[in-house]
Amino acid sequence: MTSSTLQSRHLLGLEGVTREEIKLILDTAETFREIIDRPIKKVPTLRGITVLNLFYEPSTRTRISFELAEKRLSADSVNFAKTGSSVSKGETLKDTVRNIESLKIDMIVIRHSSSGSPYFLTQFVDSNVINAGDGSHEHPTQALLDMLTIRQKYGKLDGLRVVLIGDVKHSRVVRSNIWGLKTMGASVAVCGPSTLLPYEVEKFGVDIFTDLDEALDGADVVNVMRIQLERQQAGLLPSLREYTNLFGMTRDRLHRLNKNYTIMHPGPMNRGVEITPEVADSESSVILNQVTNGQAVRMAVLYLLSGKKEERGEEA
Amino acid sequence: MQNISGEVLLDSEGMDRAITRISHEILEKNRGAGSLVLIGILSRGADLAKRIARKIKEIENIEVPVGLLDINLYRDDVHSKLDQPIIQKTEILFDIVDRDVILVDDVLFTGRTIRSALEAIVDFGRPRSIQLAVLIDRGHRELPIRPDFVGKNIPTSKDDRVLVRLKERDEKDVVVSQKNGLKGGGK
Repeated sequence: MTSSTLQSRHLLGLEGVTREEIKLILDTAETFREIIDRPIKKVPTLRGITVLNLFYEPSTRTRISFELAEKRLSADSVNFAKTGSSVSKGETLKDTVRNIESLKIDMIVIRHSSSGSPYFLTQFVDSNVINAGDGSHEHPTQALLDMLTIRQKYGKLDGLRVVLIGDVKHSRVVRSNIWGLKTMGASVAVCGPSTLLPYEVEKFGVDIFTDLDEALDGADVVNVMRIQLERQQAGLLPSLREYTNLFGMTRDRLHRLNKNYTIMHPGPMNRGVEITPEVADSESSVILNQVTNGQAVRMAVLYLLSGKKEERGEEA
Repeated sequence: MQNISGEVLLDSEGMDRAITRISHEILEKNRGAGSLVLIGILSRGADLAKRIARKIKEIENIEVPVGLLDINLYRDDVHSKLDQPIIQKTEILFDIVDRDVILVDDVLFTGRTIRSALEAIVDFGRPRSIQLAVLIDRGHRELPIRPDFVGKNIPTSKDDRVLVRLKERDEKDVVVSQKNGLKGGGK
């Protein structure tokens, strides 16, 4: 039985989100995919709702995807980008948001380099807050669209073996995927250089590999994370070429996977670093499906959270 | 088990006769089935649209395309409810431009569902006409909307509930009315 509502009025992460709630979001997203294929790709559902897209970090896919999702649902949206704003004059996040909220905002989509900033917002705003990626904490809508993409191909998530490869330490996509996939009954493995595995990684309850070939044995889905060049200043990797040799997803490794395997990547890709072009562009790659599904998932989240007020389902 | 006690307005045979008559009327008014498409409002309007399509096939031996429409995204009260309704999949897998669209629902009451459906349909293109077929017209319109084909007109008080139950998703075909005061969902 599908749950008919989300517990919280915010989406801060997938940790603690129940199986029924995830199923509700994915099922709703599935119905919204049909709208994207219509001649008029718009429904009036969120007419009168104003959404603030607060992007403190650069983003192509996620920002455009949220913006389009808002427009498809007829919400009004305003965009905030860090550059060109008063942040350069020293205004704090709290002051910025409170000022913009005084202009009558209903929902806030936030991307920020500090983990926990979406939660911080919920402490003083009335709007519904949606996390579009915070530091190395979570990126829930990315994991939801990954799960939707997998579910479309296999018809289920239960019992599938999913391997997440890359910078497990810094990747919010890995974290959200771990929470979501485990809740949905998938078997999850992570693989990366030991310098890029977080302390106490075993507490996630996933299988941990530092050898890619071992990790790929018998896997159904491989989700290759981007090596975040901007976060590699600390000398955690000897060189990119070494990373490519040890952890790059190449054609030679594909035979280790189960038949009917799937290759995923959240983008943006460093072609030739973590994934070779021939794998990224192969028939088993669903990378562009992921992007389309992203829009449907974000429409679903906006729809399900819109209008949820303080008095119900409040966490913490 | 859902409570379907109350005064029976239409039994299984009556319902079948009404659907047969509506099908004939649709064909008469549109001079055949050539230009027709049926769009049923989910959930029970969609079941009725499929039944009408089967009748038309029996009468004229023409397959009329049937689309399913979820109107929840077009409601005018989305934000006044606490929880969002669960959305079912709209499936209109044919072109409606220059076709005669027969919109099908189970009960016509305030007309607000039909208003939502009209708005949704024009997002799919510009049909030549949109006509409305309903199994039950119970009155109390709040908008200037009228049906073209009616199974049965039933005078009701505004607080009464009229329940349509169909074999496709319920145990049997029946329409009952309940005086106000009885508990349960419905319209």
